[in-house]
Amino acid sequence: MSLVVFTMINIVGDPVDMLVNPESLPDEIERVRSDFGLDQPAHIQYIKFLQGALSGDLGNSFIFGRPALALIAERFPATLELATCALIIAIVFGLPLGIYAGLNPKSFGTRIIMGGSVLGISIPTFWLGLMMIIIFSVVLGWLPVSGRGDIGSFLGLESSAFTLDGLSHLIMPATNLALFKIAMVIRLARAGTVEVMSLDFIKFARARGLPPERLVRFHLLPNILIPIITVLAIEFGTLIAFATVTETIFAWPGLGKLVIDAIVNLDRPIVVAYLMFVVTLFLLLNLIVDIIYAALDPRVRLNGDQ
Amino acid sequence: MKKSFLKTLALIIAITSGLGFSSSSVLADDLKVALAAEPTSMDPHYQNLTINNSFATQVYNALVLQDVNQNLLPGLASSWEPVDDLTWQFNLRPGVKFHNGAAFSAEDVIASMERAANVPNSPSSFATFTKGKTFEVVDDLTIRVSTEKSNPFIPNDMSRIAIIDSAFINATTEDFNTGVASFGTGPFILNKWLPGDLIEISRNDNYWGDAAEWDSITIKPIKDGTTRTAALIAGDVDFIERVAPADLPNLEKRDGISVFKSVSNRLLYLTLHMTDDPIKPYVTDFNDNPIASPFQDIRMREAVSLAINRQAIADRVMDGLSSPAGQFSPEGYIGYSPNLQADIYNPDRAKELMAEAGYADGFKLTIHGPAGRYTNDARILEAIAQMLTSVGIETTIETMPASVFFKRFASGGVDKKPEFTAAMSGYANGSGEPSHPLRIFIHTKQKDRGYGPGNRNGYSNSEVDTMIEDGRAMMDVSKGMEMFIKATEMAMNEYALLPLHHEIATWAARDGITYANGALDSTFLHFISKQ
Repeated sequence: MSLVVFTMINIVGDPVDMLVNPESLPDEIERVRSDFGLDQPAHIQYIKFLQGALSGDLGNSFIFGRPALALIAERFPATLELATCALIIAIVFGLPLGIYAGLNPKSFGTRIIMGGSVLGISIPTFWLGLMMIIIFSVVLGWLPVSGRGDIGSFLGLESSAFTLDGLSHLIMPATNLALFKIAMVIRLARAGTVEVMSLDFIKFARARGLPPERLVRFHLLPNILIPIITVLAIEFGTLIAFATVTETIFAWPGLGKLVIDAIVNLDRPIVVAYLMFVVTLFLLLNLIVDIIYAALDPRVRLNGDQ
Repeated sequence: MKKSFLKTLALIIAITSGLGFSSSSVLADDLKVALAAEPTSMDPHYQNLTINNSFATQVYNALVLQDVNQNLLPGLASSWEPVDDLTWQFNLRPGVKFHNGAAFSAEDVIASMERAANVPNSPSSFATFTKGKTFEVVDDLTIRVSTEKSNPFIPNDMSRIAIIDSAFINATTEDFNTGVASFGTGPFILNKWLPGDLIEISRNDNYWGDAAEWDSITIKPIKDGTTRTAALIAGDVDFIERVAPADLPNLEKRDGISVFKSVSNRLLYLTLHMTDDPIKPYVTDFNDNPIASPFQDIRMREAVSLAINRQAIADRVMDGLSSPAGQFSPEGYIGYSPNLQADIYNPDRAKELMAEAGYADGFKLTIHGPAGRYTNDARILEAIAQMLTSVGIETTIETMPASVFFKRFASGGVDKKPEFTAAMSGYANGSGEPSHPLRIFIHTKQKDRGYGPGNRNGYSNSEVDTMIEDGRAMMDVSKGMEMFIKATEMAMNEYALLPLHHEIATWAARDGITYANGALDSTFLHFISKQ
């Protein structure tokens, strides 16, 4: 993976051309090239990179002159906060709506929900983001247009979600990011509900005269949650990794902005470090999914014991 | 696709602006500004980058300051004059204090020059401005700068280096970013920098010049143009730079908002290869066989220039935000010659010239250019391709990301020579030094002497070269200026390169705020004032 990324990014352009001010003297170009080790052949650069990577050093950003990992760690909380909020919004709205649609497949409400979910999947994020800004900030004046608000701390965690000002800044980008996921959760929950409701154990539970709320909560929900969690955990990774568009529109000071600037300016260490970070993130999320999966589904555990 | 969204957006803004929403409220003394980019560091010596430099002028002063048209003004040096052909004397301003209370003296100048040239890991250092200069302290308030060859532009160079307190000569870039070392003598004091989020500065009450009008300024980086406009309309910020062209007509019509526009010194130009060595694959006959560059003939260069309808590009492609150009400088800016005007569109004359030059049937041409680097760059190229095709030069365009383009533009060809036959690029004079564009683009390429690093088409005229070199050796800048203007006229009349247009820079603010804009397209916060 690191080899692929490193090779690809070394083919594109010359970072020195992007960094050095064109009014500089020619020897300035040579100085920057040798200071940043770009005068070395590519395979030497890669070996140096690997040596650094093994000791936890992914190199210094060309632009900021600081360790790439430190820059990523600095911006990560803002993106994590945005992604977490988006995920919560997706579950809180998506799950009940999806179950409702699954339980009442022919009702008028279901048609509206399913129609809405088609829109949610097909409307581009950036357009929706701009529309939200126009409606909620410009016309109604309810919410601030951009940026991250005041940061509060709660139980040792620092986040803008713990202050009113922070929440008012967070709600629009988080919803924007969540809309696509809400639509997805609705579809997953509905499909799961339709499938599980036709199974024998539900029919039996119903025959026992269980009240509908109990039926949904204890018999339906645990059974449809497994596929939803599997998908959502991976989707959480994509929320973090690809929140770029939302972050650009709402000027959210997260990872996306850092990475876009790094790509445009050929800040190779940041791009490489970011991709390594995302790969690790997905590996971790997959691991977590497997563990939760085992916790939720007894069959997985039993198989494992054999 | 994207365009239609923008249109919808513009429509909605237009509708809502009719609803009588006015965001005017009482102006506080705290100004909120949204800029399109943010500095990469708070260390004024870290990177020679436009956004860094324009922000640094708020917190730091240089010996010499520049106004919005890059005319030189007294800064930490109250006056300067040449002592002899090789030496300049700078008389420093007495009684100036840094933000931490330390007194300013000659020692700080020496320390700043030393540090500016030697910041570790600098991606583009300021050594360019200190190299070859010897600094000598005459007394606490007098500095002499000498060079081996006479150099009339030392005051320009001195306007590029921020003066720091000598106590911080060994401070790291991180020390400046965190505020440990960031004490200047400028109109504002740096309070806080949250990268990607905001910068806060407050008024320096002990400033030696006119005190700033604002108690404090908060700067937010908002990269997306439409979001910046929305933030201004919603009242989140009071002032924005770089209004998205699509939003401009609506902002101009809107009550409670004023728009500021000025022709900037950012020039877009076309360069045409003028030698037949080597023959490049980007000009071919109609059977796709490469031919020698037709642009060795001045008539062909003129033909291309006359075939381009600059006014149509300004009106249709740039939404009115460009001014057709016939030289490097816009009117009112250093080095401007009133004798050079943008070529007027004349396709018939272009065809005649082509016939005279023996290319009546035309040929096939590929023009290269960056995408996303300059305003509407790819669309401008498309327009040019259509215009050239209509006079018989069957033109295709090839655009690429700036990072790829500049490498190939400079050294993508055989033997690391410039690769393209015809290419579009941009230029803006950063230092305000009047011979700069001539030295970079017009002078014959002589790498070891620092001449012609941007001369990628092989233009060479020894008469022009002599004028540039002589002008650069005259300690009397006004005499040198005459030679530069003459050299510019000669080079432009020979189509050494084809100027297309100067971009028009835009700013917008709530009513009651005004901006003293000029030929620079970056934003200088201390030029924002109350009406």
